[in-house]
Order: sequence, then C-alpha cells, then structure tokens
Amino acid sequence: MNLIVSTISQGFIWSIMAIGLFITFRILDFPDMTVEGSFPLGAVTAISLIQAGHSTLFALLMAFIFGCLAGFATAFLYAKLNVPILLAGILTMTALYSINLRILGKANMSLTKSRNIFTEFGLNKLPTNFNGIILGIIIIALIIFLLIIFLNTEKGQAVIATGDNETMAASLGINTTVMKFIGLMVSNGIVALTGGLIAQQNGFADVNMGIGVIVIGLSAIIIGEVIYPDVPLSIRLITIVIGSIVYRLILMIVLQLGFNTNDLKLISAIILALCLALPTIREQFLKTMRNGVKTK
Amino acid sequence: MKPLLEIKDAVKTIYNDDENLNILNHINLTINPKDFLVVLGTNGAGKSTLLDAITGTNELSSGKILLNGKDITDENLAKRSRNISRVYQDPKSGTAPRMTVAENLLLAKRRGLPRRLHLRHLKENMDEFQKLISNLPTLDNRLNTFTEKLSGGQRQTLSFLMAIIQKPELLLLDEHTAALDPQTSKDLMELTNKVILEKELTCMMITHDLSDAMKYGNRLIVLKKGEIILDLNQAEKDKIKEKDLLQYF
Repeated sequence: MNLIVSTISQGFIWSIMAIGLFITFRILDFPDMTVEGSFPLGAVTAISLIQAGHSTLFALLMAFIFGCLAGFATAFLYAKLNVPILLAGILTMTALYSINLRILGKANMSLTKSRNIFTEFGLNKLPTNFNGIILGIIIIALIIFLLIIFLNTEKGQAVIATGDNETMAASLGINTTVMKFIGLMVSNGIVALTGGLIAQQNGFADVNMGIGVIVIGLSAIIIGEVIYPDVPLSIRLITIVIGSIVYRLILMIVLQLGFNTNDLKLISAIILALCLALPTIREQFLKTMRNGVKTK
Repeated sequence: MKPLLEIKDAVKTIYNDDENLNILNHINLTINPKDFLVVLGTNGAGKSTLLDAITGTNELSSGKILLNGKDITDENLAKRSRNISRVYQDPKSGTAPRMTVAENLLLAKRRGLPRRLHLRHLKENMDEFQKLISNLPTLDNRLNTFTEKLSGGQRQTLSFLMAIIQKPELLLLDEHTAALDPQTSKDLMELTNKVILEKELTCMMITHDLSDAMKYGNRLIVLKKGEIILDLNQAEKDKIKEKDLLQYF
C-alpha cells in the first residue's frame, strides 16, 4: 500500500514537469530538449539557495525564474537566430550542464539543512508520502488554474494560434516570435520549478538528474491523451496528471516484476514508444479485423 | 479619386540557375477604392509573389507600395495586417485546426491589433458570430466545432469570413477556390462576390478560372513573366470573350 501511495505521490509531482512540457510539445507544437537542462537547473538553484539559508519558497521562485531564462536562451536561438528548434534545445541543454556545475560547485549536493518545502509548511506531519500528494495537488491546481486563465486571454490564444498555424497567426498580425518566447519561457520555468520541488523531496540535487526527463514528461502527456482522447484543452491539462500517475504505476509494476533498476530508462523509453505507436497499432488492428470480416 | 493601393516600379529578383531572375519585373499598378480586380496568369507569372509583397510576407528587391498614399514598403506583416487581409489557396493555411470556429473568428476579429493579457470575451461575441454564419448551411451550428473536423470547403469559407469579419481596406484572395470541388468552389465564389459588393470592399483576386475571371470583378489584369501584359476596365472587359483570354497563356 505504501508503495502505491509513494508511486502516486511521484506521479503528482512529476506531472507538474509534464504540464510545463505540454506547453511546447502540444501548444507550440515542437519538442524542446531544453527541459533536460532546465530541470536540473531548477534543482541546483533551489538546493544551493536553501543551503545558503534562503527560504524554500524563494528558492522555488528563483528556480522558476532561472528556468524562464533557459527558455529565453532557446527561444533566442530558435526564433531570432533561426536555429532549428531541436538543435537550439540541445545547445541550451549542453550549456546548462556547465552552468549547473557552476551554480552547485560540484556534481551533486545533499540538502543538509533540515528545512525543505515540506517541513516549512508542516506537510511532514502527514503520513509518509502523503506530503508529496498534498503539495503536488496544491501546486498542480495553482498551475492549471493560472494556465487556463492565461490561455483564455488574448495573448494566450495568440500562443495557441502560433503553435496551431503560424502562417495564419502571422497574417492576423500576431507577433509569432514573441509568442514562441512566452511559450518556451513559461514551459521551462515550470519544468525548473518541478526540478526544485523534486530536489527538495529527494533531499539532493545532481547535475545529471535531467537525463530522460523529456521521456517522462512525454509519457505522461501521451498516456493522458490515449486514455482521454479529444477533450478540451483545460481537461487535457488534467489528463496529464492522470497520465503521469499511470506512467509511474506502470513503472512500479514493471520493477515489481523483477526488472533491474538499471534498465529503468530503457523501460521508460519502451513505454513511451508503445504509447506513441498505440494509435497506429490500433488502426492496423481494426483494419485487419475489417478485412477479416469482409473475407468471411 | 484617391487610389487605395499604388505599386510603383516593383521588382522582385531571385537568384536561379546561375542568373538573376525578375519574378516581378517593374510592375506598376494602381487600385482604387471599391475596385474588384481579378488577376490572371500562368504558374510562375508572379501572382502570389505580388500578393506576398503587398502583405509584407516577402520583401521587394526594389520599388514602393503605398496604401492610402502612405508608404508601407518597410512595414512588417503584423502592421500591414491591420488594413490588409488575405485568404490563401490551401484551406489549411487560413485557420487554426485545434481551435473552434468561434475561437478562430475571435482571433480574426482582432486582426492587426495587439494581443493583450485581457480575457478574450468569447461568449460576448457568440451572437455576432452566429449571425455571421446563420445563412451559411455548411457552417451553421458549428461555432463550437474544432476546425480540424471541418471539410476543406467549410474551412475555406471560415478563412474567408475571418478575412472580412473586420472590414479590411484591401482584401486579397489567392486562388481561394482552387482547391475545392466545383460546387463548393461555385458556392464560395458567389458568397465572395456578394460580400464584396454588399460591404463595398476593395479586392484583388487571383484565379486560374477563366469563366470566374470573366464573371466577377470590374477590372482584369493578366500577368506573364512578372509583367502586366493586359489591363482591362469593366467596359473593355465586357467587349471580350472568354476564349480571347486564351492567347495570353
């Protein structure tokens, strides 16, 4: 039971990162590799600031701001200097590795202070692992609420239109360059915020903790879409949370079946590949079934 | 009459096969308010390049473009879009697929205006949008339908409505019925003509359809290799027959 609660708790916290990734992957319609650098950026920023004696909330705020700056760098390369988005993300991600090392001063750092976001707000008094669930729900509710409000503003609609059809958006006078900046900055800000949260939950930051986060985020988004296809945008944000929990539960089951933990990234990639291929597999299956019926 | 659009000595040069090629070759064109100008020409004649230059999608190599006497040659696409709207040939080019019909119309209603951090007020505009589509059987009751679920004809009709929802000073139609089936194409062309006449719009329409070119508009020009080789007003147009145009292709 404790394992399931722990898994659900992980699912809630990681879904915040997936919501951030959703902004670039689904709203702006491109994959942003920056997240593999902005996630540890948030972690190292938060841990360094808490270790230096700053409040945990301030540490999270700074993690968000630094994440926004990482998004700004990618947006500048992509939207201003016309570097292809995949390459722009990889460049920023690579640069962030050194920046993260600079911030942390070493490859990893443990949180020796007894303070973290959970203790500061008394969440540590809750039963084990429930603190992650409660904090996750509070932050997810806040982020989804703010995102829905933003996406229902004229600017938010312009960001959606830019991702949906840039030619049309530009012909309606929307500054698509600015919209890409906004999307990439908010997205990486949220991803870095998640990095800061997870570092506090785990009690340490590591410059390598970003490896594979894009797969985790995409899995949550895709699983959510497979379970709940064709839902309005606001509901889609909630399906990401469900997708993230389901993804964590699948991983838990796989590990419980006796797979080696060293194979975790391989298993993650296979789960994502299966989810991505599911619509095609389903279509092929239905086609075969139909042909089979016709032949009979 | 003060001209609405003046194109002065417009040249667009590209480097092709080791030589400079003028896609627009010293074009001079004046369009007056309420003109419905039809542009004919073969593929590669420079028609779409001319529209690109007017909207600001593609810069001229030399020459000037004036709108209401004001030089807009160096204005960007966003600024020009306040006064100029365009419907593309591909139905997918003019609409946002994952947004509803109403959301698309709302985006177009603020064409050329800054996108603020204000709530979009979709509900307040629904009556106006409903009125706009009420006489169009293909779009009626589809305000909340995602555009990706619409047919090509429905999407192109929506693109057209988006182009005229805020009255543009100049409406550009880039073969906007070419990708549609004959009946849908005819319906949209009739709607286009009706709206242009009712709203007294100034329009420049590119078409490959000779009968449409003869039937619609009060002026006809033919472009060939980047040059205007024929320019007919209504009276001159009335004197010629469709087959007479074939010699220019």
